[in-house]
Order: sequence, then C-alpha cells, then structure tokens
Amino acid sequence: MFKEGMLQMLGIGIYESLYMTLVSTIMSYVIGLPLGLALVATDKEGIYPILWLNKLLGFVVNVLRSIPFLILLIAVMPITRFVAGTTLGSKATIVPLVIAAGPFIARMVESSLKEVDRGVIEAAESMGASPFQIMFKVLLPEAKPSLLIGAAISVTTILGYSAMAGIVGGGGLGAIAMNYGYYRYQKDIMFITVILLVVIVQIMQEVGMKIATASDKRL
Amino acid sequence: MEQENVIIELKEMSKSFKVKNGVVHALDKIDLKINRGEIFGIIGMSGAGKSTLVRCINLLERPTEGQVLFDGQDLTVLKPAQLRQARRSMGMIFQQFNLLMQKTALENVCFPLEISGVKKEEARKRAEELLEIVGLEERKDSYPAQLSGGQKQRVAIARALTTNPKVLLCDEATSALDPNTTRSILKLLKDINKRLGITVVVITHEMSVIEEICQRVAIIDSSKIAEIGTVEKIFTAPKSSIGKQLVYSESKPKTQFDDTNKQYCRIVFEGETSFKPILANMILECQGVVNIMYANTRNIDGQAYGQLIVQLPPDERTAKKMIAYLETQNVKFEQLTELI
Repeated sequence: MFKEGMLQMLGIGIYESLYMTLVSTIMSYVIGLPLGLALVATDKEGIYPILWLNKLLGFVVNVLRSIPFLILLIAVMPITRFVAGTTLGSKATIVPLVIAAGPFIARMVESSLKEVDRGVIEAAESMGASPFQIMFKVLLPEAKPSLLIGAAISVTTILGYSAMAGIVGGGGLGAIAMNYGYYRYQKDIMFITVILLVVIVQIMQEVGMKIATASDKRL
Repeated sequence: MEQENVIIELKEMSKSFKVKNGVVHALDKIDLKINRGEIFGIIGMSGAGKSTLVRCINLLERPTEGQVLFDGQDLTVLKPAQLRQARRSMGMIFQQFNLLMQKTALENVCFPLEISGVKKEEARKRAEELLEIVGLEERKDSYPAQLSGGQKQRVAIARALTTNPKVLLCDEATSALDPNTTRSILKLLKDINKRLGITVVVITHEMSVIEEICQRVAIIDSSKIAEIGTVEKIFTAPKSSIGKQLVYSESKPKTQFDDTNKQYCRIVFEGETSFKPILANMILECQGVVNIMYANTRNIDGQAYGQLIVQLPPDERTAKKMIAYLETQNVKFEQLTELI
C-alpha cells in the first residue's frame, strides 16, 4: 500500500502543518490579544470607553470574520506575495492564516475577558488602578484559564484552516490530502491524513484543556 | 474647627442614570457630612440609592451634579491620575468580596501596593502584617475559592487597608454572610476603627448592622436622606416613616389587637432608665396587671435602649393610675390606639 517515501512525506506533512499552525497561532495572538483587549476596554461598559474606536474595531473584525477562509486565502494573495515573497508553501500560508485567525482570536479573547467579574474590576478601580493596570494585572490574569481554553480552540481552528490552504498550494497535511486524495484518487492517503489531523486536533484540545484546568485556581 | 473634623462631605450631590425610556434619579441633592474617626451608617431599602451613594464617595459613579469633598478636596474636579491617587486613601469592601480569584490571599492583599509601585518585598511584609490583623495569617497561601465567606471578607478588609486609607467604605459587606460571621466581621470593623482610627462608612439594609457598630446613621429613602442622626436617637424615636418602618419592622408583633376598647402604651427606654424595674414597680404600685404585647431592647454601645408595648388593664381607673405613674418616672411613653 505504501510506496517508498510515503511515510517520509507524511512526516514532512505533519511537521509543516504543525509549523504553520503554531507560527500562525503565535502571530495571530500578537494581533488578536491586543485587539481583544481593545474591544473590551473601549466598550461602552469598559474601563476606557471610546465608542467610535470600539465600533470601528468591531466592524473590521466582523468583516474579516465574515469572509470564508477559502475566499480570503485567494483574495489576499497579493499581500501574501508582498510579505512572504511567494504564495506557495507553508511559509506563505501563514500570511492568510494570520489575517483570518487574528480577528477570530480577538473575539475569543474578548469573550474570555468579558467573563471577568465586573465587581473585581470595580474593586481594582476603587484601589486606584489605572486602565492599563486593570488590563494587565486584573483582566488578563483573572481570565487566564478561559484564555487558555480559547487558545486550545483557536489552535485547532487554525490547524483546520491550514489544511484548507492545501488547495492553493500551501503545504502540510492538507496539501497531501488534496494532491493525492482529490487529484489522484488515492483515497487511502486522504484517509490517513484525515486521521492524522483528527489525532493532532484531539491531542491539542486535550492538552489545552488540561493546562487550562490546572491553571484555574477557582477549582 | 468643625470643618476639620469632617472627612467626607457631599454637597447637593445628585446622580441620575439614563435608561431606555427616560432618566432615573438615583440620588437627589444629597447633603451629608461624615466625621473623622466615626463609624457612619447608611441604611435604606433596596433600590433606595444607598449603593450608588457609596460609589459616589470614591467616584466609582460620577455624580451628575454637586460636589464630593474628601479631606477638603473636591474629587469631582480631579484629573484621572489625581483621582486614582485620592482613591488610594479610601479602601472599599463589597458584598461579593470581589477578590482576585486567581491570586492567593497574600497576593490579593499585596495587590493595592503592587499597583501603587511599592517594592514586592515591602508589599509582602505589609500584607502579612495585615493578614495577621484580620486573623488569617495561616491562610495566606490559600486561594479565595478555598476560603469561607467570612474569611474572604477578612482578606478583602486586609486588602482595603494595605494603603493606609483614611476611610473604609463597606458596601453591604455582611449581606452575604450568616449572622455569626456577620457579627465577627462587624467586630473586626469596629476594632479596626478603634485601633487604626479609620473612618468607616457602612452601607446596609439591616438595622441590626447599624445598631451593632455605628455611631451615626443616615436613612435613605427614594433618592433622598429621610433622616440623619445618632443611632440612639433614631432607634428610640425615628421621625420619618421609613425610619419607623426600619426600626419597628425588624420584630413586628405578629398578632394584631382585635379588641379596640383596650388601651396600649409604648414605653421607650433610653440608656440607663432601662436598668430600673419600671414595669414591675408600676404593677406593684398600681395593683393592676399589664399584658406585654411586644418588647424589644437592644444594647447599643454599652447602654440599653428599647421599647415595650403593654396592654393596660381594662379598668379605666387602674389604667389612668398607671399612666400617671409613668409620668412621674421620667420615662418616655405614649398611648397607642393601634400598633405600628
């Protein structure tokens, strides 16, 4: 069933998938975390309300979130070429992944931060904490378990997105599934890549939840 | 001189909220002076505006109109950074404790110092001292989830005291606690007031909390101060209808008098008079029996206060005699036709 080098190819596929996913996740958090904080802080009920900015950020996030990833992947190709120098391979895929996942993570972060009890924020305000101190010393630490659960969800979503990039010449397991399974009708290889993806998602989700639970001092 | 004694002064302070269909006036032209070193109570039914009032003192809620003077400084005109500085002189505790759930008791107590830029070790030392004051030094490494309600409130009190505040604001601080724990927390507050000389402002809907620790009290009703005065005065002779409701409702007699021909008399005890056996003397003197319908005496700051409602004998002569006797005894009383 396996031709010579097939295992090696799958190994590279796994590596590329993980590479794309992890690098994209980190970079998406670089964008999404501050964006999520800004969404929460500038909200009408937030610690530093700036309504117009809140509306603007919310609008941009919604627009990016409403574009199907496959379309976004193709639409941002000029940007991808400008940033990565090419539109092919796993490195290039990181660009559209970050553009798609950044706003997604911003919303995840936003919802996690909004779970923080209003009373705790009020207590910090009563002690004379500044909005920045509230963000970094109250909101983020208090929301940590929820943020970690969000990260586990985000990383698996990004892995799913990265597999889609295989269609337009991205790397990783998705590309293998497309090239062998779809174009060459090698259903067995497609099957194996799907199983591999499932296993990776399971591991990431489980590990993420374990870390989140272990970090939560409320339990 | 008098002005120097005032630590918090509200001048014509109003607060209104915009809601969907109109404006809600939560507070309407409140004038209030709280003296340095006292334990001041603010009581009212829920929705009366008392929580808004305490939030206006440290500007968690910004008053729509009027001034909030803290130690002579108008807080409403301060810039955000100045206001934050001023807030560090005011500790606050809450009904739901509002501790940082992901931090230990010690870290929680360190927090106010951490945000005011105190060095970690110094903050730790101070926090440990405070945890000792509230009797929780052994639980310093516990997380709030591992503590009982009373212990959480003790941590919150320690946290509120780390910055050496001049005032401690307590927003329904004992409302989520059982009676025993409430008593121990109130004792702690009283102790802190005495030992550290911190002015304590207590917001509550429970009269028992006021009588336990406050010296003066303001009764808030429908956005206004209905009555203000010493606890003794308000407990013995509430003037406003809300005051009467609050004072008399706590142990309202359940049975109503059905026989309207009978006479009732309310005897009010103020301080030392309650140590004289007035009622027993009256019975012996007048040779008639009375029926005690309702009695409620309290110990306020070492003195006894309270009231007693008795049903006078049906015999007109004896009843008159008794009233005449009470008049000679220098005790406050009034004849009642119905029970309030």
